[in-house]
Amino acid sequence: MPRRIRVSRRHLLASAVAGATSVAAPAILRAQGASSRPPLKVGVLLPRSGFEASIGQDCQRGVDIAPGILKSLNLPELAVMNADTESNVDVARERAEKLINDGAQLLVGAFDSGQSTAIAQVAEQKGIPFVINIAAAPDITEQGYKFVFRNFLTAQMILSSAFENQLELFNLIGAFPKSVVFMHVNDTFGTAMAKGINAVMPKFNMPYKILDEVSYDPTARDLSVEVAKAKGANADALLAVSRLNDAMLITRELVKQRWTPQAVLSMGPGWYEDQYLKTLGKLSSGPISFVPFQDPNKKLTKVLEAALAKAYPGINLSTNHVYTFEALLIAADAYKRAGSGEPKALADAIRTTNITDNVSIGPGIQFNAKGQNDKLKCGTIQNRGGKLVTLAPKEAANAKPEWPMAPYQNRA
Amino acid sequence: MAAKTKTLAHLADRFARLAALVFGDVPPRSMALLGTLLALLLIAPWLINDYLLTVLIIVLYFAFTGQAWNIMMGFAGQLSLGHAIYAGLGGYIAAVLFARFGIAPWLGFLAAIPAAAACGAMIGFLAFRFRVAGVYFAILTIAFAEFARIGFDHLEFVNASAGLFLPVAQYAHNDLWHLRGNPTMFYYVILAAAAIVFVLCRALLKSRVGYCWLAIREDEQAARSLGIDSFRYKMAAVMISAVITSFAGVFYAFFYNNLFPEQVFNISRSIEMILGPIIGGIGTLFGPIVGAFVLTGLAEALNTMLIALGFDLPGAKQVFYGVCLLLVVAALPDGVWPWLARLIGVEERRR
Amino acid sequence: MPIDVYLNVTTVGILTGLVYGLMALGLSVIFGVVRVVNFAHGEMMSIAMYLTVLLFSSLNLDPLVMLVPIAAVLFVFGYALQAGLINPFISRPEHSQFLLLVALALIIVNALLIIFGPDARTVQTAYAFDSFQVGPLIVDATKLYAGAAAIVVAALLFGFFRFALIGKAIRACADNYTGALVVGLDVKRLYALTFGIGAACVGAAGVMMTLIVDVTPIIGPTYTLLAFVIVITGGLGSMAGALLGGLLIGVTEALAGLLFTPSAKSMFAFAILVLVLLFRPQGILGRRSI
Repeated sequence: MPRRIRVSRRHLLASAVAGATSVAAPAILRAQGASSRPPLKVGVLLPRSGFEASIGQDCQRGVDIAPGILKSLNLPELAVMNADTESNVDVARERAEKLINDGAQLLVGAFDSGQSTAIAQVAEQKGIPFVINIAAAPDITEQGYKFVFRNFLTAQMILSSAFENQLELFNLIGAFPKSVVFMHVNDTFGTAMAKGINAVMPKFNMPYKILDEVSYDPTARDLSVEVAKAKGANADALLAVSRLNDAMLITRELVKQRWTPQAVLSMGPGWYEDQYLKTLGKLSSGPISFVPFQDPNKKLTKVLEAALAKAYPGINLSTNHVYTFEALLIAADAYKRAGSGEPKALADAIRTTNITDNVSIGPGIQFNAKGQNDKLKCGTIQNRGGKLVTLAPKEAANAKPEWPMAPYQNRA
Repeated sequence: MAAKTKTLAHLADRFARLAALVFGDVPPRSMALLGTLLALLLIAPWLINDYLLTVLIIVLYFAFTGQAWNIMMGFAGQLSLGHAIYAGLGGYIAAVLFARFGIAPWLGFLAAIPAAAACGAMIGFLAFRFRVAGVYFAILTIAFAEFARIGFDHLEFVNASAGLFLPVAQYAHNDLWHLRGNPTMFYYVILAAAAIVFVLCRALLKSRVGYCWLAIREDEQAARSLGIDSFRYKMAAVMISAVITSFAGVFYAFFYNNLFPEQVFNISRSIEMILGPIIGGIGTLFGPIVGAFVLTGLAEALNTMLIALGFDLPGAKQVFYGVCLLLVVAALPDGVWPWLARLIGVEERRR
Repeated sequence: MPIDVYLNVTTVGILTGLVYGLMALGLSVIFGVVRVVNFAHGEMMSIAMYLTVLLFSSLNLDPLVMLVPIAAVLFVFGYALQAGLINPFISRPEHSQFLLLVALALIIVNALLIIFGPDARTVQTAYAFDSFQVGPLIVDATKLYAGAAAIVVAALLFGFFRFALIGKAIRACADNYTGALVVGLDVKRLYALTFGIGAACVGAAGVMMTLIVDVTPIIGPTYTLLAFVIVITGGLGSMAGALLGGLLIGVTEALAGLLFTPSAKSMFAFAILVLVLLFRPQGILGRRSI
């Protein structure tokens, strides 16, 4: 399928707005009153080339569909300035400086913890609010910054919530694995999670034991040895923290080496992503992911889903889109309440954010004194027939769990 | 009182003589250009905005590392493709000492010096004793850098691949001792560093060491037959280069405040470091500086141009950048500086 | 860990190692004869891989069937590259060659990103998930086919250089440049030919690699490094050496991954490289004079 090559930002925004307009036509007439203010200049920094290109470009979709939806919510207009961090810390910092120089009143980004740290320093130093869409390193919000906000879970939060959800799941199905083998990718996120497990797990009285830990290189193209090692541990289930490519590789190896674990419990990206479902087809069903996700029962989620389907048919809504969109939502909401685009006013407005009509799982968007939204939760989602169903928490659930996983060898 | 003035005069005299030795035979035109450049760089923070200041910091950083690498390549003739290992070592040592024990980066650098020197010595020893040269030497350096990358990726003490984060202080005031402050402070630090290394290289070139290096680079057999211990001089080049590069690592660590082994020891870092000197002109004094300006300027110009044209295509800038590199390396085999120098009439003696 | 795990892992190491060896073979030919430090080697392979994916998704042709046409395309690419761009650089110092090819690699990687996008592409053949069970041994079908194809191509290449006239001429260029000129060989054309052959080799390896791994625009650099490690370990100018080097690295990494932390298994490949560079710089099967 040929990929559409985008040549103009304006063209892109226009098509996105056109897409969302048909969803929110009547609301726009009402919104005209609110948009008498100049649009807020928001600089969006994402890794759209380099080794994180795939994820960065996915996050970008959340940016592209935002304007129309924000308008329909009666929120002020945002003038988005896109920048590519090229998956590189130096470039990230420089791009942030350039955006601020070009008049950005607020920054959003940057998916990667290292790049986000660099941008956070620039933002703090310049006194420009920076809303982090996705980054899990806890340190970023531990520096006492006044202008940095993160609407995403830290590694610790992901782990705690994941363990909570797992206990809830085991209760629901009345069964649990007695042993697991833990496979994780050896990058920033994977290692932070692996370390966190030792600190966080004892607090939760998990019913299973970790028999072995297999960490693998993020750039590994072939995981047969790693999976063989994991299989050799003879555990009931597989606990994983991976990225998209490794999730696909691991699954293929599970099939080829003829091992179907009781369950695949993933606490990271990959196993629930579009490409995983599409590429593996029937073999993609089964894995359960405990990850930051959208709440399918919330009103705004449905709006977002529709807008995404219109602008990018065939792409399912997921974490990257949700949190990136929410970052822009926070920006627009703060601008509305602050009444001005002055950075300090914006920052103060962001700090008092209280959006309950949002997309992600949890009570809503609020920030604590450190600028962290510590109320976020993970959802429990399962792959089923090429789609995703939510098993927990109860408010967000829309299906019953399937346990154990159907053996790979029996799936045609 | 008289004694004090006498020692001062004596010192001034020594200094003047040293300066004459180092800069004595530089044509006045070159000195004028150099002076102008230095003056411009000194007052830059007042002339330009913060974004351009950050760009300049990056330029000077690469000018600095380029000079350091140039010592090994241009003067001692050894192609090192794993220079990131020294920067990484310097950065991590200083960062760990600061993050865990609160030790200032300048002291951290002092601690990093023996580590970097030892690392350079080890690589140099293995290479020169075992007669590993040319491309093989280059691959050897890559192997060591990769080794360090994977090693640090698993070292719990530095937080492995989860990354080492330095505690960031607020920017209310500049703390030079702990290298905490706003970009202007960092700018002057790297400018001073680049200037010092420049003078150092010049001094080294004019000294006996420099002539021995030149002799070894041109014809090692002949040099040895004249009694020059090529092994010792090559080792010296490697170690000096390593130590200087490790300072770059310290600077980097404290400017960006986080380190990930995957990025710090990455081969792309090593490649970034050597692009400047190769494009600018190997073996020349100004080469790395010109190269750094050209490359960073090119990258920024391409970015601005692409954004102005509304061309929002990830990867496009890199393609153009690569094409420009190709053109430069094909058209100017000796580098940009020798060509530029001929153009403005300040031809440096071809080394 | 039960013994069959070791057996399985070693088998995997051998099969993957064979494909690595084929890739390195291309570099050995290029580096050994033309003396160019081809830092765009892995990127050339990624071109072949994308071609395979493209043809597979549009024409549904099995990669092994496409082996010859894609290798041919890469041959032309390599020939043109050498004749057009690289030739003037042969006499230039290494750092110039290096820069040229690094720039080329940068262009290729990002052009692939623009054309194909950042997402991973795969080739899912009908037998993509098959495996053969021989006792306790479970052998992955795709890896087996890829390994077998690698041996066939290597044998063909070996035969070419041994018995074909042009092959012998190329070897002559490598052995004695001046002598070849004296004898009247058109060295320029032979160099271009050799680069083309090396590119065809890496193209074939790429086609087989698509059976084993997924393609992204950025996989090139890792394979370039791997190719250099294998070539130097196995011995420059020795085709059997490249295959042997591939096998050695493949098996070592596999076993290291099993016995130690898999994420650190590349360290062993580099350790072997360092040892070889120090104690046997001509490589395991290389000839003394370089």
